[in-house]
Amino acid sequence: MTKKKSSKKHKVEKILRVAMPEQNPKERIKNFDEVNLGYNQKDALREASRCLQCKNPRCIEGCPAEIDIKSFIGLIQKKKFDEALEKIRECNSLPAVCGRVCPQEDQCEKTCILGIKDKPVAIGNLERFVADREREREARGIQKCAWSEVTKKCTKERIAVIGSGPAGLTCGAELARLGYQVTIFEALHEPGGVLVYGIPEFRLPKEIVKKEIEYLKHLGVKIEVNMVIGKTLTIDELFDKGFKVVFISTGAGLPYFMSIPGENLNGVYSANEYLTRSNLMKAYKFPECDTPIIRGERVAVIGGGNVALDSARTAKRLGAEHVYLIYRRSEKEMPARDEEVEHARAEGIEFNLLANPVEILGKDGWVNKIRCIRMKLGEPDDSGRRRPIPIKGSEFNIKVDVVIMAIGQGPNPVLTSTIPKLKLNESGNIKADIETGKTNVKGVFAGGDIVTGAATVILAIGAGKKAAAAIDEYIRTGVW
Amino acid sequence: MYKIIKKENLAKNIDRFYIKALLIARKAGAGQFVVIRINERGERIPLTIADYSRDKGIISLVSMRVGKTTALLSSLKKGDAIMDIVGPLGNASEIKNFGKVICVGGGVGIAAILPIVRELKEAGNYVISIIGARSKGLLILKKSMEQTSDELYVCSDDGSMGYHGFVTNFLKEYLEKNTGSKKSKKTAIARVIAVGPAPMMASVAKVTRPFNLKTIVSLNSIMVDGTGMCGSCRVEVGGKTKFVCVDGPEFDAHDVNFDLLLSRQKVYCSHEKECMGIYEKQCKLR
Repeated sequence: MTKKKSSKKHKVEKILRVAMPEQNPKERIKNFDEVNLGYNQKDALREASRCLQCKNPRCIEGCPAEIDIKSFIGLIQKKKFDEALEKIRECNSLPAVCGRVCPQEDQCEKTCILGIKDKPVAIGNLERFVADREREREARGIQKCAWSEVTKKCTKERIAVIGSGPAGLTCGAELARLGYQVTIFEALHEPGGVLVYGIPEFRLPKEIVKKEIEYLKHLGVKIEVNMVIGKTLTIDELFDKGFKVVFISTGAGLPYFMSIPGENLNGVYSANEYLTRSNLMKAYKFPECDTPIIRGERVAVIGGGNVALDSARTAKRLGAEHVYLIYRRSEKEMPARDEEVEHARAEGIEFNLLANPVEILGKDGWVNKIRCIRMKLGEPDDSGRRRPIPIKGSEFNIKVDVVIMAIGQGPNPVLTSTIPKLKLNESGNIKADIETGKTNVKGVFAGGDIVTGAATVILAIGAGKKAAAAIDEYIRTGVW
Repeated sequence: MYKIIKKENLAKNIDRFYIKALLIARKAGAGQFVVIRINERGERIPLTIADYSRDKGIISLVSMRVGKTTALLSSLKKGDAIMDIVGPLGNASEIKNFGKVICVGGGVGIAAILPIVRELKEAGNYVISIIGARSKGLLILKKSMEQTSDELYVCSDDGSMGYHGFVTNFLKEYLEKNTGSKKSKKTAIARVIAVGPAPMMASVAKVTRPFNLKTIVSLNSIMVDGTGMCGSCRVEVGGKTKFVCVDGPEFDAHDVNFDLLLSRQKVYCSHEKECMGIYEKQCKLR
């Protein structure tokens, strides 16, 4: 009787978006474990039940990887979780990654119909749930992944992919699905690109990246690490070795500095170095792991993007008492994800907005202060955001012992400089067709941050997918 | 995994490893380096490629035991393997027929200068080599240097072998003796190339500056990836920030801010001590 009553009530009651369970901020700043804990099955079913299964779903338009979101959520509603995961994998080989790091609020969830009057369906959280469910069930020995011990045999033409970040992994996976023999070349000792060196453990555990890469290997993708193409092997040698196509997805791996005095003092890091030490090299486990990192007590992070917030939150976990996020515009213009900003605030990151460093001061070779100037916002600039203007005479100092520059990354020229005929734009990014990834060199495609400049994981995934389709067409038709 | 096929002890705490690394050997040039990581928990460190055999696919690395990573490396034996080696990285030395060239090698730097001497000789240069170490027992590769150079001068800080004093003192005296006219400070030497500890290279730069003598040094800064990604190795050359890994490792010595290099080399001193202390304790327990 009570059951019936509650189900009736259930129908009338509006179901609120199921919040993502999180580690308590006071606890989590003392560890590197994941902040978001993920939905359980009950949460997932409840959240999935909010999806209206629209006739003309707008969410899919919002997804750069064009995942069939409606269908996978429909499958969750029917408790067909394995099928839901398979549905996502048809379009995206990295569901556990994307469920965590995609800016859904600007993509699929932005276009969700529910979002007009209410909060949109938590598409990312659901994507993460089905991907995690498979991995956890396997880890607990409940269910073996259907694919875990099979390596598919690929027999079609050989394709070389340079760089194993999101664009390269996706392009490789898509081509392997089509039967091509794909080899991904990675310069570092571990595949994953920015997913392993850049994004911290507390936002994207490395075990998860490893598992997604295992899935790629099952598709037949080969990965060779410690290969700096341009140095260890050249592009021409790859063609000589019988690769029919080369896809360049080397990312945005060149750290920018501000060119202000004091930037080479000890204690000043590029975000790339700081994060690489902590994430890839596991410096947060020093001395259990051998790579050191300076654990500052007062840390300044310069920038307002995801990389800046990742650095700030890493510094907090490394024991900093004060972490100042210094950004030249206001919070509204910050390119970081809303979730990251909220998490950072909850963790006690101190936002110093509308401020810009002018000099880093030091003593005996070590940084001890950062000198900043207050800014105000003027007219919108080319990016559409209001231009920050320094306020004369408003300089002030902050006492710090570590400074992290997170003002952006550019294209690394190590590879592109060895292909003189390859056309680049003024910033050094490869000129490639945005729809196909075709460059001006026959057989060479490019995609991801090396083409667009530093952007998001999902955009790189989208570029990898488009390029894979174009590569397939090029090989079948021979038309460039 | 990269297999060690031969290991030689060159001097106290200095070893030479011959390692199978087919692709790296095929591409390596004098002056380039590799980044190695010994095991899963290891750090990445750069080491100059001391020699290479293209047809055999072998590179050799010379390493002195100074911190935990080099201690771990020196504990490896023939048949063991290094987990990761990537390279060849950095730009190869500029090799041309310059005429008369002085090559200065200090400590383990002698291992790095040897292939440069060899390639300079092959390009038709007359090579005068000046090598040095703290004492006789620490001097490496004397014989190979003798065979490769036209003239070889050996120095030791304590006078136990050859010239009593630093290589830089000898270099200064040599240049003064061999300068055409004192006024013009001209010399028949086309360039000096120096590889060794940073203070030695700084002092070579100081010695050659009054002679207006083109001087090249190979900088040894702290690196992580070695491919231009992190900026850990940044130095100041001619007032501009450069990355040793991709812009170097060789630079014009007279443009290098050595004070900054020396300061940046010390960033992790306390960490290194801590790490080494724990390692030595563990070794004793075993």
